[in-house]
Amino acid sequence: MEVKTMAEMVAAGEQPELLFWVGCAGSFDNRSQQISRKLVEILNQASISFAILGNEEMCTGDPARRAGNEFVFQMLALQNIQTLNEYQVRKIVTICPHCFNTLKNEYPALGGHYEVIHHSQLLKSLLDEGRIKVKGDVFKGKKITYHDSCYLGRANGIYEAPRDVLEHLDNEIVEMARSRSRGLCCGAGGAQMWKEDEPGRKRINVERTEEALDTGADIIAVNCPFCMTMMTDGVKAKEKQESVMVYDISELILQNEP
Amino acid sequence: MNIGQIIFILLFISVVYISVRLYTRIWRNIHLGKKERLRDQPGRRLKNVLLVAFGQKKMFKRFIPAIFHFFIYAAFLLTQIELLEILVDGFSGNHRSFAVSLGGFYTFVIGLIEILSALALIATVVFIIRRVVLRISRFQHPEMEGWPSKDALIILVLEFLLIFGIFTMNSADVVLQSRDIAGYPDTGNLPISGWLGPWLMGGAGTDFLIGAERFGWWLHMLVVFGFIIYLPISKHLHIFLAFPNTYFARLEPPGQMRNMEDIMNEVKSMLGMTEDAGSVDLAEELPNFGAADVTDLSWKNILDAYSCTECGRCTDECPANITGKKLSPRKIMMDVRDRATEIGHALDRNPEISIEHFDDGKNLFDRITPEEIHACTTCNACVEACPVLINPLDIILQMRRYEILTLASGPAEWTPMFNSMENTGAVWQVPDERIAWTKQDS
Ligand code: SF4
Ligand code: SF4
Repeated sequence: MEVKTMAEMVAAGEQPELLFWVGCAGSFDNRSQQISRKLVEILNQASISFAILGNEEMCTGDPARRAGNEFVFQMLALQNIQTLNEYQVRKIVTICPHCFNTLKNEYPALGGHYEVIHHSQLLKSLLDEGRIKVKGDVFKGKKITYHDSCYLGRANGIYEAPRDVLEHLDNEIVEMARSRSRGLCCGAGGAQMWKEDEPGRKRINVERTEEALDTGADIIAVNCPFCMTMMTDGVKAKEKQESVMVYDISELILQNEP
Repeated sequence: MNIGQIIFILLFISVVYISVRLYTRIWRNIHLGKKERLRDQPGRRLKNVLLVAFGQKKMFKRFIPAIFHFFIYAAFLLTQIELLEILVDGFSGNHRSFAVSLGGFYTFVIGLIEILSALALIATVVFIIRRVVLRISRFQHPEMEGWPSKDALIILVLEFLLIFGIFTMNSADVVLQSRDIAGYPDTGNLPISGWLGPWLMGGAGTDFLIGAERFGWWLHMLVVFGFIIYLPISKHLHIFLAFPNTYFARLEPPGQMRNMEDIMNEVKSMLGMTEDAGSVDLAEELPNFGAADVTDLSWKNILDAYSCTECGRCTDECPANITGKKLSPRKIMMDVRDRATEIGHALDRNPEISIEHFDDGKNLFDRITPEEIHACTTCNACVEACPVLINPLDIILQMRRYEILTLASGPAEWTPMFNSMENTGAVWQVPDERIAWTKQDS
């Protein structure tokens, strides 16, 4: 798959419309890499000129900051901002709500001012404008439930864009008992992803997965690579991986051939 | 001047004296926190006060308790008018000073108060049942054992007594009016005492009625006075503090953490990003980062704590708490308030010590364990749930900062993550290049 980096574009004298911020999960996690490639497919289909930072991208620093490590956060954030500003980046799209929140809300105080959108917002406008269309009918007749990520939802008040995207499908969409502003966390945020749960009755992702399974849905739609991991693990813990799948909303719009 | 007036005036003066002392202490305790300016965008702030505090917008996410709470709230707001009359009567020795001059409007206001009080009475009974009989789960958490549960019941009983006083007073008055006894001006037809009075006390002797009316009046007044003095030691300050607390609530997106300028500048000079390198040297002073005690928090965090009514909506939505972890955002707020009160008491006992030099060898970590703050997923559910815009997450994050930055401790599993981020710029230690994912097709 060909994806140009900012460095390559600038060397060729081009300035892309959009920067695709891939994030650590999108870069390194096997499952999330598929979402990154899906977004590239979407951007190409909509003929949007874009680039990635490639090896010049670093973690936004979100997990460090939320763990309490402001030093590490500042080190990464300041270097990222330097890179972004050097390339005169204006508009960023990201597949990760954590990167989205940090880039959009926290970088300005450090001197990084960009227009930042999450890919569910991009998908919504591309679908609404007819620049992309739903492709494939692999999931025909399957019931979908949408899981709100905390950093898109409560942290930034984006509840409808991802749901509007799913409305473009013919599938039945069912809500979980706790959704939108009351949606339950998957358990990964605040750097929990990198440590074991504290002692308790249950893992958070299991609690959330049970709620998703209670809807009778065949597909759990997510918009965050960490929710993806957590919900996938939850489905496995409930031994439902044969019948219930977890997908990013982008994968439901441009479906892969079976 | 009669004996009743003298007692009233003496009582009034004592209540004013005691409450000034108690409320200035609360004010002082709130200002144990650090300064933070929260006055930008007054329009948005006012809107929060109107919608969230006056309008109870967030309460209505849970309809049943919201509607009962609204009865008590509305009755509380309106009885203030009646309270004004009680004060005037108490000082002047008159009876129902406003009745004659206000005429029909008086009947309307007192009538409305009666209806709201009746609804508030129902609500009070419902709330007592929810706590004592139904034992609704959000009132049964460990942090509610002992005093907090008693506190809640005391307030409900006081409310009950207050309403009982109002109806005794009005009912006896209505019967006295019908007997044309001098000094009982016509209040018009009151919607509840109008029939309750004749029904209950229609056959009673006039002396009994006069006594019952006075009993109701004094009970009403004493409960109000008691309430004013009790509020600052109870969880019930939210009836006042909800208003400033919603006004000063943070307006940034809830996902945004506050920037630490000192560290930013230090890192900038480390990375050679400042013209004037070396101007910031933090190593010399060994500063404290984050919050170990309430004095490290912002005054707004402490105002939050005193505004908390321990309703547990936050804890009920907390994913960590729901799955059985120790963390409870309500407990965080209670601990912050109790610690601020503890420091306040110590300062009262030793007025010569200034806050800057205060040290009792304790801090917030004696109440809030690392296990609690580590369990937080920063999901903002508690922030979203709170009906008066309290932010428990902000406190948790400041304590995490203290743990990592000042104590250099924290969960061991985070160390490799920090190292990897520092050394490779990626959150995981991975052998691949960052762009490796582009080398594959789907
Ligand atoms: S932000 Fe933390 S304390 Fe608040 S609800 Fe979420 S996990 Fe619980
Ligand atoms: S913080 Fe808010 S939601 Fe939580 S117990 Fe206190 S008042 Fe209730």
